[in-house]
Amino acid sequence: MRILWLFKPPSVSLKTLKVWQRDAKVFMKTYKVNFIPPALEPILYLLALGFGLGMFVSEIDGISYPMFIAPALLAISMMNASFFECTYSSFVRMYYQRTFDAIVATPLSLDEVIFGELLWGATKSTMYGTIVLIVISLFGLASYPTALLVIPFSVFIGLLFAALAMCFTAISPRIDNLNYPVSLYITPMFLVSGTFFPMSVLPPVVQSFAYAFLPLSHVVDVTRAMVLGDLSTGLLLNLLWMAVATAIFTLIAMNLMKRRLIV
Amino acid sequence: MNVVIAEDLIKRYDGLTAVNGISFDIREGECFGFLGPNGAGKTTTMKMIQCVSPLTSGRLSVFGIDVSADPRSIKRYLGVCPQEFNLDPDFTAFENLIHYASFFDIPKEEARRRAERLLDFFQLQAKKDTLIDELSGGMKRRLLLARAMINDPKLLILDEPTVGLDPQARHLIWDQLALLKSRGLTIILTTHYMEEAERLCDRIVIMDNGSILDLGSPSELVRRHVGESIVEAKDSAAVRACLAKLPDGSKYEVAGDSILIATSKPKEILSAIMTDCGVVSTTIRPATLEDVFLRLTGRQLRE
Repeated sequence: MRILWLFKPPSVSLKTLKVWQRDAKVFMKTYKVNFIPPALEPILYLLALGFGLGMFVSEIDGISYPMFIAPALLAISMMNASFFECTYSSFVRMYYQRTFDAIVATPLSLDEVIFGELLWGATKSTMYGTIVLIVISLFGLASYPTALLVIPFSVFIGLLFAALAMCFTAISPRIDNLNYPVSLYITPMFLVSGTFFPMSVLPPVVQSFAYAFLPLSHVVDVTRAMVLGDLSTGLLLNLLWMAVATAIFTLIAMNLMKRRLIV
Repeated sequence: MNVVIAEDLIKRYDGLTAVNGISFDIREGECFGFLGPNGAGKTTTMKMIQCVSPLTSGRLSVFGIDVSADPRSIKRYLGVCPQEFNLDPDFTAFENLIHYASFFDIPKEEARRRAERLLDFFQLQAKKDTLIDELSGGMKRRLLLARAMINDPKLLILDEPTVGLDPQARHLIWDQLALLKSRGLTIILTTHYMEEAERLCDRIVIMDNGSILDLGSPSELVRRHVGESIVEAKDSAAVRACLAKLPDGSKYEVAGDSILIATSKPKEILSAIMTDCGVVSTTIRPATLEDVFLRLTGRQLRE
C-alpha cells in the first residue's frame, strides 16, 4: 500500500479564499484582454467547422452540425480554461515567481494555497463557459432554461480539470514538460470525446476507453444534454464518474504538491 | 525569555544531512546571526524555524510553541524576508504590501496605514505605484523587508538581506534594521558578510556542514579564536622557519602569498620578525570576524 500517501486528506480552511482572491485580482487587472480569446475562439470554430464544414454534413443524431458542435465547444473551453490555468500559470507562480513560497510564510498552509489555485482554475472555467454560452446563444444554438444549468455545472468541470492539471504541474520538473500532457492527452481528448463527431462511430473498445479515461467525454455528454434541453437519467452515471475523478485528482494533486514543495 | 529554542535539530533529505544536530536558543530582543559558507545549513535552519520545513528529529519551539504542533499561530507573528525575490510581479509595490496583509487577516484600512508607514520607513514612497519589475535590486530588497514587517512581527527572519546590493543600499538597510532592533524586535539573520554580522548581531553562530562550530558575541569569538590583532607579512620559507622559533609566533596561517600571525602582542611580533627574520614590510590590523570565519571553516572554496 505504498501509494496511500497520495490520498491523505488535506486540511483546508476558508483562508484558501485569500489565494483565490489574489489570482482574481491579478486577472481583473487585465480583464479586457483576458475575455477576448474565450469569446473569439468559439466563434471561429463555429464559423469554420459548424457553418463551413457543416455544409457537407447533413445531420448528426437528428440535429444540425453547428448544433452538434456548439455544446462541445462550450465543454472544450471550460476544460481549457482551468487546465491551462493550473498547468502553465500555476507553474509560473510556483516556480518562477515563487508566489507559493511567499504565501506559505504567512499563516496559510500549502494545502490552502493549492486548493485556492484549484478554485481559481474552476472560476475561470465558469467565466469562460458563460462567455461561450452567450456566444452560442447569439447563434441560436442553445435551448433555455436548461442551458442555464451549464453555469453552476461549470464550477464542477473546472475543478475536475484544474485538479488533473495540478497533478501534472506537481510532477513536471520544468515548464516545457507540461507540453506532454497537452499534446498527448488534452489534444486527443479534444478530438475524440464526442466533440466533432459522435462517439458511436468509434470502435466499441475505443468508446469504452474514452469513457474510462477521458473526462471530456463525460463533460461533453452532460453539456450537450443541458444545452439542447435533452436531460435524461443516464447522465447521472456521467456525473458520478466526474465526481469520483474530481475527488481523486484533487487529493492526488495536493499530496503531490506537498511532496514537491515541502522538503 | 527565549523566542526560539532548538535542541539537537537534524534535517536530512535526498540522502543529505543538511543540519546535523544543532542546539541554540535566541533571546527576546536580540539580533542572532547564522554565519557559514554556502551549504552550511543556514537556510535549512531558517526554514525549520519558519515552520515550512519539517524536522527530521530534534525539538524546536518558537514563542514557546512547538513548530510541528501549531505552525499557524507561530507564522502569524513571524516576518520573513527570503533570500530569493518572491514579490508579486503583477502588483505594484503598494499592492504587494496590501495583498500580503490580507493573508494575515489585517483589515483593509489598517493594512493601508501600515503599508504607507512601511514605504516611508524603507524610503520607497516614491515607488509606491511602480510595478516590481521596474524596481532596482536594492528597492526590491527593501520592499521584501517592508512586506516582512506588514504583520507587525515579533520575530523577523532575514535570509541574506543585503546580498548583491551596492554599499548605499546596504547601509540603508543596516540602519533601518538597527532601528527596528532598538525598538525591541528580535531578529534572526543569515549572512556571509562579516561586517554585517559584526555590526548588527549581538550573538552569532558559525556553521559549517550542518554543525555549529561556535557560538558567542562577535568580539568573544574574535578573542577566543584569533586574538586581538593580525600581523601580516609576505610569505617565505625563511619567515616561516624564523616564526617557528618565536615563543608567540607559532599561531600563523598562510593565505596566498601572505602569512598571517594572530597575536595579542602585535608590536612585539612585529619587531621580532623585522629584526630577527629580516622582514621589511608588514602591517598590523585588528583581528576581525572574517579571520575567525576563515580559521573555523577553512579557506577552500565552497561551490
